Amino acid sequence: MTALHWATISPFLLAILIPFLYKYVRRIHTGWFVLIVPLVLFIYFLSFLPVTANGDAVMRSVPWVPSLGISFDLYIDGLSLLFALLISGIGTLVVLYSVYYLSKHKEKLNNFYVYLLLFMGAMLGVVLSDNLIVLYVFWEITSISSALLISYWFHREKSTYGAQKSMYITVFGGLSMLGGFSLLYVMTGTFSVRVIIANVDLVATSSLFLPAMILILLGAFTKSAQFPFHIWLPDAMEAPTPVSAYLHSATMVKAGIYLVARVTPIFGGAAEWFWIISLVGLTTLIWGSISAVRQKDLKSILAFSTVSQLGMIMSLLGVGSVAYYFNDGDNALYTTAILAAVFHLINHATFKGSLFMTAGIIDHETGTRDIRKLGGLMTLMPITATVSLIGLAAMAGLPPFNGFLSKELFFTAMVNVTEYGIFSVETWGIVLPVLAWIASIFTFLYCAILFFKTFTGKFQPEKLAVKEVHEAPFGMLLSPIILGSLVVIFGLFPNILAYTLVEPAMAAILPGILEPGEQFYVNIYHWHGFILELWMTIGVIAIGTLLFLTMKKWSQSAFYRSEQDIFNHIYDSGYNGLIKGSQVLTRVQMTGMLRDYFLYMCTFIVLIIGYTMIRYDAFAINTDNLSPIDPYMWIVAILLVVSVVAVPFINNRITAIIVAGVAGFLVALIFTIFRAPDLALTQLLVETVSVILFMLVFYHLPDLRKEKIKPSFKLINLIVSIAVGVMITLVSLSAFALGSETNFTSIAAYFIENSKVLAGGYNIVNVILVDFRGLDTMLEILVLGIAALGVVSLIKLRLKGSEDV
Amino acid sequence: MEILMSIIIGIIFTVSVYLFLSRSIIRVVLGTLLLSHGVHLLLITMSELQRGAPPLLNLGAESYTDPLPQALVLTAIVIAFGVTSLLLVMVYRTYKEHETDDLEELRGSADE
Repeated sequence: MTALHWATISPFLLAILIPFLYKYVRRIHTGWFVLIVPLVLFIYFLSFLPVTANGDAVMRSVPWVPSLGISFDLYIDGLSLLFALLISGIGTLVVLYSVYYLSKHKEKLNNFYVYLLLFMGAMLGVVLSDNLIVLYVFWEITSISSALLISYWFHREKSTYGAQKSMYITVFGGLSMLGGFSLLYVMTGTFSVRVIIANVDLVATSSLFLPAMILILLGAFTKSAQFPFHIWLPDAMEAPTPVSAYLHSATMVKAGIYLVARVTPIFGGAAEWFWIISLVGLTTLIWGSISAVRQKDLKSILAFSTVSQLGMIMSLLGVGSVAYYFNDGDNALYTTAILAAVFHLINHATFKGSLFMTAGIIDHETGTRDIRKLGGLMTLMPITATVSLIGLAAMAGLPPFNGFLSKELFFTAMVNVTEYGIFSVETWGIVLPVLAWIASIFTFLYCAILFFKTFTGKFQPEKLAVKEVHEAPFGMLLSPIILGSLVVIFGLFPNILAYTLVEPAMAAILPGILEPGEQFYVNIYHWHGFILELWMTIGVIAIGTLLFLTMKKWSQSAFYRSEQDIFNHIYDSGYNGLIKGSQVLTRVQMTGMLRDYFLYMCTFIVLIIGYTMIRYDAFAINTDNLSPIDPYMWIVAILLVVSVVAVPFINNRITAIIVAGVAGFLVALIFTIFRAPDLALTQLLVETVSVILFMLVFYHLPDLRKEKIKPSFKLINLIVSIAVGVMITLVSLSAFALGSETNFTSIAAYFIENSKVLAGGYNIVNVILVDFRGLDTMLEILVLGIAALGVVSLIKLRLKGSEDV
Repeated sequence: MEILMSIIIGIIFTVSVYLFLSRSIIRVVLGTLLLSHGVHLLLITMSELQRGAPPLLNLGAESYTDPLPQALVLTAIVIAFGVTSLLLVMVYRTYKEHETDDLEELRGSADE
């Protein structure tokens, strides 16, 4: 265990201590203890910055299950360090915020912080793991802890619904991803990402390339709330706001982004990869931004906005993967998209975190998040309003904030696509920049709605539950202020990120493209001159403003009024359909009637054996080796058949027993004909005792009635029984015929020779029963004894209190 | 002889399966009784029939019928007898407790 390993699992270790701290140190808010871990981790991870900036990486290995090739390997390069810093940095701010947000007296803080620390540790494990199985383990812990956090207020129905939904969707994706990882293992023989990337030819030439890619992408798309799996994210907004800010804006939803970036060196350069990711990302972008406009709840707007921004980053990763096709790192034309993705990833984490926190503050101070009830808060909550304005302007892509820079890069990347001349972009490529541009208009629009509906207009105190609306305490404001300042700093001086974080992350996403010793050189400009991207931004602002000003006209339309996402309906009806369908299936098949179950069994036995006989051509009949039929055998046979067939038709119980007894005695007769004196003797005795027993019991039973069943059932019963009988006949004929073809002789010779010599008996059957195979006989006696005890207890024993019958 | 026996066994199986599928619990017990006859006959038929004397060494014959299936059937008869009698008593108790011999009325309660 190295220091890095201890750092990764430190949140888990602290999580063990939290319940004790909560129980025994009641005076101090538990969050203060928790705060130490992400803070120390953040500082610790900062110490890796010089390493990755030089293009180096850190690898620490601890074996876990060496025989299966699973080891707890941690790997720090530019990409994982970027994520680790986001997780620990925003984690620190979120814990700080939660200390002020969650009441020490009303909330179960022990649960909250245990889940949050579990999540934090799992997330660090996801981004630092080099081993795919370890990555998967941490991935599922994030799903579980996320569901626990969403259902933190578990007495609310909506919380448990949201948790359940997010669990189903992300676990579905997680399992697909595990399938994809297994396929990668099949192709390469290793779970290490590093080794797989080094042997990427094995993957690229394999026929499993596409299945593995799609399965892994399913995992990434479900986790990162991509279309159409985005539906869980808006419902996850029932979680406490610090959770929404942390999980559902900055970290967990970016796990899918991380995964796609991480496996880009494996799958990048393929046309399927390019088109799937770009189109899914752009669809998510536009669907999320359009849906966000229709929401009335602050957190729902932010949720859909997260969906759309994640789609934007995803599409950039898809477009950027062409760098592998050209294998050219120098040409900024191909790598701009990756640059934009990494840069926007950082930007989004900063402004979305601050926006969730301000939404939480508004909720906390006014008691509502409904934008129809809010308004005119600017003068009451000036600091919150300022931080929100900065975050929203950055999200809308306005200068001079960081969102403007990444949006410009986004447009540049999307416009560049049309010039690639590969993957048939010349026919469909133009779709990408157009979709991106339309989505940006809607992004601008919902940002405007968020700000102006909340902070300007008329203050409506009569609609609010809280009487005195005022600014939040400073502690609660601290985290959003820090994030807001970062938005401004990264906006004004973007190049402080370039060397430290963006370049190493790009080198990690695109390894092998650069010559050894070469590095990406990134310089993010504010001013490019009057080029197409600038006009696109101006167009976004102009049309967005126009749409916002004319909102009154189109806000009455059905489109605007329906808040529900159509995919929610599909999910809900699919869910209910599965439950109803399985109920119907169970009810149809599990009737509770023995007859039906017996019918299933007989039918399947007949079908399976019949199929096998036909499939292997197993039916045979042998007329050579038969024993001769004695003339009196015909009489016995006819009598037996008549007596057996008569049984179902007899409606008098005594007659039925006698006829069945006759069949038994005829069987004894057959045993005599077959030279089996002991059998005949036993059969006679047993049959006699059985008939007496039947007589005794049947005396107390009702008379056999005529069967009252529908003729159709009767027909089915008849068909099935005849099928079973025919099948038995065929099997026995075939077994006899095929058995005499083989050269195996019976072991009877041994018994006949040794019965006298070894056991000293003349009756071979009896010698077998008590000497050669005596164990069978002993257990048979046991069976008889148990049956006797069973009979006695059935007759004698009664449950206390029940009537004796 | 084996072909004749196979057909007889088939008929016994047909009748016992048909009895199993009936509503009356008594018929089901009769079905088990007949089914065990069918199985025993099948066991003895699958050895080579009538190729010698009964398996008693003091007869001094040249060849004997196969004694092993006879031993197996003997065991099976006793076990079938034990099971059938237990089943019979169980049917008797069921009838006394529930006052019906109709299997459709005896099926599990609806809320199961």
